[in-house]
Order: sequence, then C-alpha cells, then structure tokens
Amino acid sequence: MRPRSNPVHELALCESVLELIEEQARVQRYTRVNTVWLEVGSLAAVEIEALRFGFDVVTRGSLAEGAALEIREIPGRARCLCCGESHEIAARGEACPRCGSYRSQLIDGAQIRVQELEVS
Amino acid sequence: MCGVCGCGQAEIDDGQVHGHSHGALLHDHGRGPAGVHAPGLPQSRLVQIEQDILAKNDGYAAANRARLAAAGVLALNLVSSPGSGKTALLTATLGLMRGRCALGVIEGDQQTSNDAERVRATGVPAVQINTGKGCHLDAHMVGHAMDALALASGGVLFIENVGNLVCPAGFDLGEAHKVVVLSVTEGEDKPLKYPDMFAAADLMLLNKIDLLPYLDFDVGACIAFARRINPAIAVIEVSALRGHGMEDWTGWIEQARRRAAGAG
Repeated sequence: MRPRSNPVHELALCESVLELIEEQARVQRYTRVNTVWLEVGSLAAVEIEALRFGFDVVTRGSLAEGAALEIREIPGRARCLCCGESHEIAARGEACPRCGSYRSQLIDGAQIRVQELEVS
Repeated sequence: MCGVCGCGQAEIDDGQVHGHSHGALLHDHGRGPAGVHAPGLPQSRLVQIEQDILAKNDGYAAANRARLAAAGVLALNLVSSPGSGKTALLTATLGLMRGRCALGVIEGDQQTSNDAERVRATGVPAVQINTGKGCHLDAHMVGHAMDALALASGGVLFIENVGNLVCPAGFDLGEAHKVVVLSVTEGEDKPLKYPDMFAAADLMLLNKIDLLPYLDFDVGACIAFARRINPAIAVIEVSALRGHGMEDWTGWIEQARRRAAGAG
C-alpha cells in the first residue's frame, strides 16, 4: 500500500462511479442507491481506504449519499509468455513461479468495475 | 432488503411493521387491503451494471484517437515524476523538430502556465490545462484542448502530463504512445516501484545521462527492471541539456509520425 494523504486519483474514480450510477438512474429508474458493489483489481493502482473516503465525500448530497460500498478485491494474475503457466501475482514484474521468466502478460487484476447496485 | 422476495421492508397502510419471519418460511406482507404493499413506497432491488469505471474516459479517449487518426496527427503522452526534466526535454525536442512538421503542445499541470510559456517561447503553439486538485489529465480535458490546436496532417501533438508516476497510467488520452521519462538522478528501481506507468508506456527515455559520471546509477539494471515490467518497452538514453541521444529520439518520433500520417 502506498501511504498517501491526498487521494486525488481515487477521488476522480469516485466521481466516475457517481456519474455512472446517476446515468443508470435515468435508464433503470431509481432514485436512491443503498449499496454499490465494486470489483477492484489488486493491480489497479487503487488504494481501497482512499476509495472509501472519496466515495463518502463525492456522494454527499447525491442519490447515493450514505450508501454502503462493498468492494470485492480481485487478485492479480499473469500468464507467462515463456512456459504458458498462469499464476497469481502480488505485483507487476514478478517472475514466473514455474520457469522463472519475467516475460509475462497481465490477464486479471487491473480492473475497476461497478458490478451491481442495490437501489430503491 | 428482503432477500426472499426483494421487497423493501416497507411499512404498510395499517401501520403494522412488515414482519419478516423467514425462519418459519412465513413471509407476512401484513394485513393491509389485499395483503399487498402500499403503492408508492420504495422497493429495493438489484441492478446489474458491470461497467468499467474508466469506460467514460476511455470513450473520450477513443473519440480523440479517431480525430487524431482522421487528421493524420501523431499524439504522444509524456509522463514522468516531477523534476525528471520533461519540459526541458520537450522544448529541446521542439527546437530540433521545428520546420519539419506542424507541432503543438498540451501542457498539464496542477497550477501555473509556466510550462506553456516555456513552450511558446520556442514558437510552438501550446495550450495549458490546469487540473487544480487533479493529479492527471483525462481524455475529456484533452479533447477540449485539441479544439484550440488545429494541427495539419503529418503533425505531432505532444501532451505533457502532470508530473506523477501513478495516476496518469490509468487514463488513456487517445495518444498513439505513452512515453515515460526517467532521469538518472531518480534511482534505477523506479520501474519496479511504479510498475503501472512502465507497463503502459511504449518508450522509456532515460534522461540526464550526462550526469552518469557523478552518480551511482546502473543503466543496465534500470533497463532490465523496465523490461521485467514491460518486455516490449523501447529505451533511448538522452540528455536534453547536452543533446546526447536526441537524434535517436527525434528519429523514433519521425517513424511514428510517418505511420500516423499514413493512417490518416
């Protein structure tokens, strides 16, 4: 985790989450969001605590004020370009546990997605 | 929310609280008229979204990319930490490329228009974006800045991002390539410390190499670390101040520029 006192990038992401749920409110006809389920990859360069803080700040006075934020963390996965093995990684640039190569392709864990909302 | 019928635990007309006794498989909707929910009360439900949070930015970026391709303009997104010499590198590059093709610059900083003024001093048009509290440029800002810069086919648009090795990695601006500038005064393990940026970049410019004799910086290790993160990343060693490697860098731009102009 990167300790940072100024979570500006997470704040921008939270603004995008709010925009997305406000757009969906018109399409799906809801006026209140009670819970937001997010999927956040462990390699998405997102600090979860900063995201929670930002979410509370940006949703104030909106249809999602006070909504619960449920975050599902997705572990990073890479496929080795040498031996084809796919493996879990904690950070980019880790060696393949089978053949030791650093030539790999990220296949999961970089996403930040809104999965589902509980609305009324 | 009630997990069985999806109702919103609403109170009903007769003032009786909705009794939730699922344990006994009894779902009592109360004794109101017809035993149903009162109209107009909120019903809680689940809505599937499954959308990427950056999808909106990516949409603007795709529009920028289409505009640039139609115009035959090469856009490069220059990223680095603060103080890597990005603006000095940019002004030196503009000096070498002036007269060869149309050039334009979008400058991103939290505050001040100092960098845009440094660029304009070279005679190249520049638009400054101040992000205020924001730590990165986004594709929407860049789209508006592009309106103010009419670039001819075969031109090059340099976008100098906010000095930050974390946040700009995730925000596509519609550029053809991200170019990460790393100066040798920063430490050779930066690619490992900030891997997202090095994973997103197509080219790493290793700047200030004229200072190598005075530093304990291992160029080979730095390049190995960058390729550990991104096996395909190209590397050019430069000194913006002394001019070392600048022909290699402008040659790289020239090739990319021809590809972009050909695609337009």
